[in-house]
Amino acid sequence: MVQKLESYRESPSQTAGPYVHIGCTPNFSGITGVYPEDLGTTMITGDVSGQRITIKGTVYDGAGTALRDALIEVWQADANSKFAGKGGDTGFTGWGRSAGDMATGEFTFETVKPGRVAWPDGRLQAPHVTFWIVARGINLGLHTRMYFADEAPANAEDPILTRLEHSQRIPTLLAQSEADGTYRFDIHLQGAQETIFFDI
Amino acid sequence: MTGFIPRDRRWHPPALTPDYKTSVKRSPSFAPLSFPTSLPEETGPMFRDDMLGPNDSDLIHNFAKAGESAVGPRIIVHGRVIDEFGRPVPNTLVEVWQANAGGRYRHKKESYLAPLDPNFGGCGRVVTDDHGYYEFRTIQPGPYPWPNTMNDWRPAHIHFSVFGHSFAQRLITQMYFEGDPLIWKCPIVDTIPTREGIESLVAALDMSRAIPMDSLAYKFDIVLRGRRQTHFENRPEGL
Repeated sequence: MVQKLESYRESPSQTAGPYVHIGCTPNFSGITGVYPEDLGTTMITGDVSGQRITIKGTVYDGAGTALRDALIEVWQADANSKFAGKGGDTGFTGWGRSAGDMATGEFTFETVKPGRVAWPDGRLQAPHVTFWIVARGINLGLHTRMYFADEAPANAEDPILTRLEHSQRIPTLLAQSEADGTYRFDIHLQGAQETIFFDI
Repeated sequence: MTGFIPRDRRWHPPALTPDYKTSVKRSPSFAPLSFPTSLPEETGPMFRDDMLGPNDSDLIHNFAKAGESAVGPRIIVHGRVIDEFGRPVPNTLVEVWQANAGGRYRHKKESYLAPLDPNFGGCGRVVTDDHGYYEFRTIQPGPYPWPNTMNDWRPAHIHFSVFGHSFAQRLITQMYFEGDPLIWKCPIVDTIPTREGIESLVAALDMSRAIPMDSLAYKFDIVLRGRRQTHFENRPEGL
């Protein structure tokens, strides 16, 4: 016999279900008067440095249908590569939550372009925004990252992008610049254009 | 190696669980890519309890008209948020949502014939205290039919969203109630591979915390991923 390891098992995930918005964005779902506003609606709350950008995108299932019941959260560094609560801009939360458009499912985040953050060995990562996607039919929240297609030199030395076996899938992580500071990042849960998801 | 204890994907539900039909086209077909965590995964949004309104953790009253309250069995749900090392997770946001006592959600896409309760909204939130404890009061939700096979019913459940202190700990799950026979017939519960895993989501009736002549109580502890120590990271003297 050996000594018993004192550890606990993580609570198993369950799907967020079709009514996740009741709990996470109640005002969006029509339940008003409980919270003053939905959490994560505003990422820029005061003076903030850096380039202001808008991120737009849609989550698609394996049949190419847009999800209209997903909840998308993002987490990112500020323009100076610092995270909220860890020396980041006080006018920037770094965290956003979007229920998507009721009719189309398109999500939108008004944010700033993040700076480069160090990898544990000291190399710099390319600018990126971490995404977390939950919805009906998704049993465990999906992690992915949005990189910027117009940051090619940084992307070329990013510790994650450079170690992908299926390098032809890298474009699934690249947001494309559209007009006036808007980036498009569509997410494909399954199929030919399937986004790379991470087990972090 | 820094970061967190890896998620055990044989303990969590797999992505593809065909008996839960919606998962068929919403599950990635590629294996997820593993990599060591860095700051973006080891940090996360923090919420303070001063953002909470006085009724945020009282679902019996936070949508009710003045002087009225929600219909249904009044319960307290309480527990502790800890990590896999047993350490408390203090000051973390816990959001909950649920159907009313008849199994009806207050949502425009919901058409179940059970009526809405005019005094019940179904959302609540609480921040754990310095020792990781949380508590809210609500009414026990009813079971709820859903279009999967032609006769699937969700057991009574409360949805939980927990942040932890790092984005890697982010978790959404569901709490079930001790003794509910529907737990063992539900395709969503059954996405969890082991009986032990399922039982870890079943809240125990807790008479010690019931309030006589007022509310019953259920205890539901939540475990988030454990964060490893980082003392030896990039320190040759420690290797």
